[in-house]
Amino acid sequence: MEPGLYHLLFISAALFFTGVFGFFTRRNLVTMLMSVELILNSVNLNFIAFNKYLWPDKLDGVFFTIFIIAIAAAEAAVAIAIIINLYRSHQSIDVENAEDLKY
Amino acid sequence: MSGSTVIFYLLAALTLVSGLLAVTTRMIFRAAIYLLFSLIGIAGLYFWLQYEFIAAVQIVVYVGGIVVLIIFSIFLTQQAGDELPRQKMGRQLFSALAAFCGLALVMLQLYKHDFIKTKNPAIDPGVANIGSQMLGVDDGGYALPFEVVSILLLAALIGCIVIALKSKPETK
Repeated sequence: MEPGLYHLLFISAALFFTGVFGFFTRRNLVTMLMSVELILNSVNLNFIAFNKYLWPDKLDGVFFTIFIIAIAAAEAAVAIAIIINLYRSHQSIDVENAEDLKY
Repeated sequence: MSGSTVIFYLLAALTLVSGLLAVTTRMIFRAAIYLLFSLIGIAGLYFWLQYEFIAAVQIVVYVGGIVVLIIFSIFLTQQAGDELPRQKMGRQLFSALAAFCGLALVMLQLYKHDFIKTKNPAIDPGVANIGSQMLGVDDGGYALPFEVVSILLLAALIGCIVIALKSKPETK
């Protein structure tokens, strides 16, 4: 079967829920961050697929993808700064050990 | 099947399999490497769709930037050879169930929906068109979001330095 819009949307949805599964099961902050990156990438793929197959006369999907990539880079950098700070104070980056705000 | 179709399915398999391995493997360094392959697979899909600029941005920012940052933080925060502790079976089961139900729901909605394609002629998603619209201030231009994102990146840069800065011991 010739690949088209639905194939790309399936890949995007499958990747999104792979990331959701990882976000639910992982308890290490770095691996949770990896799951978030997978989710953001699936969204990017979705935007590009819609732009390519439904609105090839516009470039809006491309711009959304570029802005999402820029924001994802900023988010990853801030998250890793927080993780390193947390490791310094708790000697662990497991979310089960980072519950000081709970009580 | 034409060569293009074969390449598409190979890229899709690379992306999905390494994405799945990245969230299930218990070796954290291997998870980062699988994530790298998944991101490369997505860049390949962008090349396959002939959005070369986005593919290049994907490789430069994700593969060259974010994955390297993640690998650095793995080395800074734990022994790379250690395995992650095994998760509770019930949690894994219910997470898999939730993810699968979500996927099934989305795909069901998707196949029932008919997308309507535009009739207008396609324009080239090359660097020239992207650049002139990105910095355009007239209708449809993206100059304002561009500036906002640049402020955001500056804020993130300063924020990272402030957060990760080692606090100095009190000196008299």
